[in-house]
Amino acid sequence: MALQFSEEAEAEFQELLTRYPNTLAAMLPALFIAQREFGWVSVEVMDYVAERLDVHPTRVLNAATFYTMFNKQPVGKCHIQVCTTLTCAIRGAYELIDHLEEKLGVRLGETSADGHYTLTEAECLASCGTAPMFQVTYSDGEIEYFENLSPDRVDEVLEELNAKLKDLPNPREMH
Amino acid sequence: MTDEKPKEETQEVSEEEPTAEEPEKKPLPKPGAARAKAPKVAPKKEEKYLSRLFEVENGHDLDVYEKHGGYQALRKAMKMSGEEIIEEVKKSNLRGRGGAGFPCGIKWSFLPKESDVPKYLVINADEGEPGTFKDRYLMVLDPHRHIEGCIIAAWALGIRYCYIFVRGEMQFAIRRLEKAIKQCYEKGYLGKNILGSGFDFDIYVHPGAGAYICGEETGLIEGLEGKSGQPRMKPPFPAVVGVFQAPTIVNNVETISSIPFIIENGGEWFAEMGIEKNGGPKLYGLSGPIQRPGVYEAPSGITVGELLERYGGGMLPGHDLKAYIPGGSSCAVLTPDKLDAEMGFETMREAGSSMGTACITFMDTDTCMVRVAARLAHFYHHESCGQCTPCREGTGWAAKVLDQIEAGTGRREDLDLLLDMCDNIQGNTICALGDSIAIPVRSYIQVFTEEFEEHITRRGCWFPAWSRRQRQARSDAA
Repeated sequence: MALQFSEEAEAEFQELLTRYPNTLAAMLPALFIAQREFGWVSVEVMDYVAERLDVHPTRVLNAATFYTMFNKQPVGKCHIQVCTTLTCAIRGAYELIDHLEEKLGVRLGETSADGHYTLTEAECLASCGTAPMFQVTYSDGEIEYFENLSPDRVDEVLEELNAKLKDLPNPREMH
Repeated sequence: MTDEKPKEETQEVSEEEPTAEEPEKKPLPKPGAARAKAPKVAPKKEEKYLSRLFEVENGHDLDVYEKHGGYQALRKAMKMSGEEIIEEVKKSNLRGRGGAGFPCGIKWSFLPKESDVPKYLVINADEGEPGTFKDRYLMVLDPHRHIEGCIIAAWALGIRYCYIFVRGEMQFAIRRLEKAIKQCYEKGYLGKNILGSGFDFDIYVHPGAGAYICGEETGLIEGLEGKSGQPRMKPPFPAVVGVFQAPTIVNNVETISSIPFIIENGGEWFAEMGIEKNGGPKLYGLSGPIQRPGVYEAPSGITVGELLERYGGGMLPGHDLKAYIPGGSSCAVLTPDKLDAEMGFETMREAGSSMGTACITFMDTDTCMVRVAARLAHFYHHESCGQCTPCREGTGWAAKVLDQIEAGTGRREDLDLLLDMCDNIQGNTICALGDSIAIPVRSYIQVFTEEFEEHITRRGCWFPAWSRRQRQARSDAA
């Protein structure tokens, strides 16, 4: 099936192009739209973005593989990224990972079998004053920070996330 | 892009509660509630500038901002010439707030007056230096002050377009800024013929996508152009050849948010609120095992000890200070005997480190310095853009050697090897990321030599483990 932006995404994409003197500069925001639309950034998605921006496909490959926020493999509906850089590490980030691994039944770097959760670590998310923390990227493109976490608070957050799962698309099935 | 979704409400709670700075009223929630006790010393009430609206309800809204005197500095600036504004900024001793501390007025004066192509203002809001978390507060809680600063800078320098490069993870800050920008277009502060002056100016928010190196100004420019964020050789400096080959000024969020105060009260007033060569009020981020981590506003030149005790409330009960990093992880580490060091670029250099972003990370006596050095080496290895061999290879090599020392398989010659590596990385790379690994690793080894040597002689680490896996690995080894 040929990829195509939804009407809403298309409007956003067209507005984007008016912001820059050339189409190449729209690369990062365009890739964000594509990831939201198609779940993850496969080679097929990269080719589509290249075509839409009228740039060589290697340009897109270059950007998509350089920046960590673009998923070159599908992730779960909720992608939990625990910040483990200095302050968070000192304030208990690795204990959060221990706890999450147990609760979600996955190891760091894995996606749960039901496709609901992916657990990874992230480098500094600029929340050192509210450490430890994690970021959740939902498969609809929304991002949320959860700060000042403890294992008990993580349990509450997981309940909130569980309640959201039914409304989220599975990135694996989005294209 | 700015359409309201229900999510904004829920996120508002999680984003804003911990960020509002209310030291004397309500200590921030703590991960281990039992560890949090009443603050030792309540900070006295002081005049606030940068953080003035942080506690005001809907301070991010245009109406509220205007009620608090917002966009009056812009009106005043528009009666001044560009040269007059640059002169005030020079007088103010405003130093770049992103870490390098370059005098803002001098940077502005490098931008050519005449240009055949439109000139650009690029705001570096790619905040990601470990330990640093001040710019998010400014963008989320007071976006209009930042936008007003952008318009004044553009007016002074004859700039046509501005991009605010915000790290992509800070989606909430991006939406706040976009909403504020939309309000400005509706009110005539942005767009064509601003306030009837004939001056046209547009601001766009550009999302980063998870690369620390885009915090380096030329890496950021590459990212803005849609390429991988690999820094450029300088010269030419961005003021001459920047984004889209055009003259470009790259400033940090806090630098630009300070501009309206300089216009309102004059450069001399700003300079007086600080020490020699370091003017103005400043945001300080305090983190680590302390009573009240958070962002606080205080004058330039305040001592670290005063920040820790008066603002941060001191260390958590049962935790003793072992070391601190004054301004992000790329600064050299300092010990408690340097708590009287003043927060200024020159004064911190005299103390043996650098001020950096002025967001201080405190570490307690339970923290292993070998592990900290290793963790930071892994960070810089992960974030190295890969252009320069010393950085690309050196960061990973240093991380491996430090991991071995931590795990108990280090050799006596490893410390000299690490120091030699640092010497060969520093100064030999296109951008400062290489220096950012060499400086801290060297300083941890030099300041805590005995701790490093003891890891080698005792064949391992005796500090509390960070994770269960680490504890497991230790018991397996035993």
